[in-house]
Amino acid sequence: MTDPIVIARTTLKSRLFVGTAGYPNQQVLLDCLEASGAEVVTVSIRRISLEGYAESLVDLLDGRYRLLPNTAGCATVRDAVLTAELAREALDTEWLKLELIGDRETLYPDVEQLVRAAEELVRKGFTVLPYCNEDPVTCQKLADVGCAAVMPLGSLIGSGMGIANPAAIELICSRSPVPVVLDAGIGTASDAALAMELGCDAVLVNTAIAKSHDPLRMAAAMRAGVEGGRLARLSGRIPKRSFAEPSSPQLGLVGT
Amino acid sequence: MIRMRINGVEEEVGVTTIAELLVVRGVDPASRFLAIAVNGGVVRRAEWPSRELSPGDTVEIVRPLQGG
Repeated sequence: MTDPIVIARTTLKSRLFVGTAGYPNQQVLLDCLEASGAEVVTVSIRRISLEGYAESLVDLLDGRYRLLPNTAGCATVRDAVLTAELAREALDTEWLKLELIGDRETLYPDVEQLVRAAEELVRKGFTVLPYCNEDPVTCQKLADVGCAAVMPLGSLIGSGMGIANPAAIELICSRSPVPVVLDAGIGTASDAALAMELGCDAVLVNTAIAKSHDPLRMAAAMRAGVEGGRLARLSGRIPKRSFAEPSSPQLGLVGT
Repeated sequence: MIRMRINGVEEEVGVTTIAELLVVRGVDPASRFLAIAVNGGVVRRAEWPSRELSPGDTVEIVRPLQGG
């Protein structure tokens, strides 16, 4: 069954996006990406070491994955826009995961600056996927300024707390004019499945795979979770009831 | 020698262009995935051999790395 997701007129086979940070080593990362089935993988943009330049991870990923550079760590519109422009030059892609951090401890987005940066980057021709609060109004504003998708947080980045406010995520999904990619907070495969069941179009996972005891197996679990959640969403869950409803026939019971 | 800020560090370097700066710092200007900004504006790769640096310039030399 093919069930592609379309973002900015680009068709993607996998609804699982995977981050590339924090794996035990490079080979484990490569194996995890393979096992996850991901097509979109995120990278950061950082100053090079002036002690010399060696081949980087990106040399290995280029051509095999769609690289989605982020502006992780940026706290001002100016820094985020410059990082975005450097990313576009370095990777020859218009796609950008826009992060604008308002608080170093919680890594919560600075919504006011985020919307301004998104608007400016859309004007400059970027395909902007903003990491944002799980708030329908913020998501609507980001869609209004031309973002190609919205990426509301499930819970704090790297926390593994899962989806702290499922009702808000479901509300965002029901109203969003652009695809919704749940970003941040996923702890295990059931969180990814829940995101999809709530109506998310895709899920972005990094730490939950990279820092698990067996990253390769967790990458496969996330893939299965996203696929299972998506199938369940498309199937339509039964309504919840307060009382039991026997599933076996009531006629012909033995001994009556 | 001109004094400028390279990746956040004040330095004196004896170069005139961006391409020369890279070579002096042991970075092959032909390396893929590099990007450079001077004073907050990206300088396209094609301009690296000709773009001259001035005293007080702020230079950012970046590449993609692991990220989430």
